[in-house]
Amino acid sequence: MAQRKMTVTVTVDGVRYEEEVEPRLLLVHLLRDRLGKTGTPIGCDTGNCGACTVMLDGRSAKSCSVLAVQADGSEILTVEGLASGDEWHPLQRAFHEEHALQCGYCTPGMIMASLDLLQVNPDPDDTEIREGLEGNLCRCTGYANIVRAVRRAAAESREVSGA
Amino acid sequence: MIPATFDYVRPSTLGEAAAALAEAGEDAKVLAGGQSLLPLLRLRLAYPSVLVDLGRVAELRGIEDRGDRLHIGAMTTHDEVVNSPLVNEHCPLLARATATVADPAIRHRGTFGGSLSHADPAGDLPSVALALDAEFRLASAAGERTVPAADFFADYLTTALEPDEILTGVSVPKLGPDWGCHYEKFHRTAQAWAIVGVAAAVRHSGGAVVEARIALTNMGATPVRAHAVESALAGVPLNGSGAGVREAALRADEGTNPPSDADAGADYRRHLAKVLTRRAVIAATSG
Ligand SMILES: Cc1cc2nc3c(=O)[nH]c(=O)nc-3n(C[C@H](O)[C@H](O)[C@H](O)COP(=O)(O)OP(=O)(O)OC[C@H]3O[C@@H](n4cnc5c(N)ncnc54)[C@H](O)[C@@H]3O)c2cc1C
Ligand code: FES
Ligand code: FES
Repeated sequence: MAQRKMTVTVTVDGVRYEEEVEPRLLLVHLLRDRLGKTGTPIGCDTGNCGACTVMLDGRSAKSCSVLAVQADGSEILTVEGLASGDEWHPLQRAFHEEHALQCGYCTPGMIMASLDLLQVNPDPDDTEIREGLEGNLCRCTGYANIVRAVRRAAAESREVSGA
Repeated sequence: MIPATFDYVRPSTLGEAAAALAEAGEDAKVLAGGQSLLPLLRLRLAYPSVLVDLGRVAELRGIEDRGDRLHIGAMTTHDEVVNSPLVNEHCPLLARATATVADPAIRHRGTFGGSLSHADPAGDLPSVALALDAEFRLASAAGERTVPAADFFADYLTTALEPDEILTGVSVPKLGPDWGCHYEKFHRTAQAWAIVGVAAAVRHSGGAVVEARIALTNMGATPVRAHAVESALAGVPLNGSGAGVREAALRADEGTNPPSDADAGADYRRHLAKVLTRRAVIAATSG
């Protein structure tokens, strides 16, 4: 019943992949090392930093704390799947315009965690933004511009959807 | 780091899961949300030979109304607990404490049963389960049994679960409208474990306490029930100077054995337990 290698099927940023993996392979390693999705970085061994955050079946998850075999059959969205063609996602644009990054290491995770937050709460106040991003650490910015960027992206998205 | 190798089993029923665990022997481990176990594997602090993944065992997930109690499946995620109308109506203490656990991404995957089985003394949910006198349902290939919260938490990271047993769910009593509750968690940074936490449920009527259930997080190797505070609170008036509540709360560290670590010394934890208990009782009984 137990097995050394397993086939997993995942859809990542709209593309279906079938990969043979060892059970110990982490989802983040599947994304980076096997599928070339290096837009999702790894920042820690403990599940603290949030750099590796992706959307797993529609909700944020830390891809370093999920086994690839657990994600079998799932739909995954990484930061690389956000833009449509040449057009950045409102969150990507807002992070750029509000200067919400310096080294950029935390940015993919910040953006994916913000995406999760805005889908539950399209009009968060600053406290709600900070709580929504509490699982994502940034060593550079001091967070103020990140909060501003999320507020801006939220406002833009609400305008677009006519809310 | 990359975890050491292990075999992986993905059952779809509880029966299959129990059989897999029995077959795999002592070095096997159950995988729930993985939010504590995967970091341990990555740090190579755990070397299970087999992981039995409960992620697809649908019967272990969900919250059910069972008359005067709620039954919460072990694989119910923190996020599902926080957003459950049943839990918010009948057991708001659990919803509020769970909302303070970790961060949103971890709450999407981490489970109620995983937190209780992991039994970290700094975990927020074991003390809530203890305060509520929750009943734990355990199953193995050999059969099922029920263990009360007071007997489930045995020692540091150690529970009544045998290596071949699975926690299938927990039942908690519904608390009526005359109960107020609050979880008071003290930590210094966002997304951090409690330095000390206090779970309080207080039944009050006519401006006085009728009965109280208080349990403490991170004041010993296991969650601790603050029995001395509970008996001192009975009959204490809630309006006026608040002296009765203050005095009762001063007994919060009785019978505790708090750790000294990088976050706080044992003395400071004793102090915190008293202050936070007072705050928790006041918050539970106002509004
Ligand atoms: C950065 C970070 C911050 C955190 N902060 C907090 C916090 O503030 N408060 C808090 O309470 N928790 C915190 N946690 C822990 C979090 O609550 C985890 O979700 C929880 O401890 C484990 O649940 P899990 O479902 O992920 O279990 P897993 O990691 O899958 O399993 C944990 C352990 O329990 C065993 N187990 C799991 N389910 C069962 C079962 N049904 N039957 C038998 N054994 C079982 C496993 O074998 C393993 O030994 C934090 C975790 C991280 C990574
Ligand atoms: S890499 Fe730090 S949380 Fe995943
Ligand atoms: S921009 Fe450098 S860590 Fe956030």
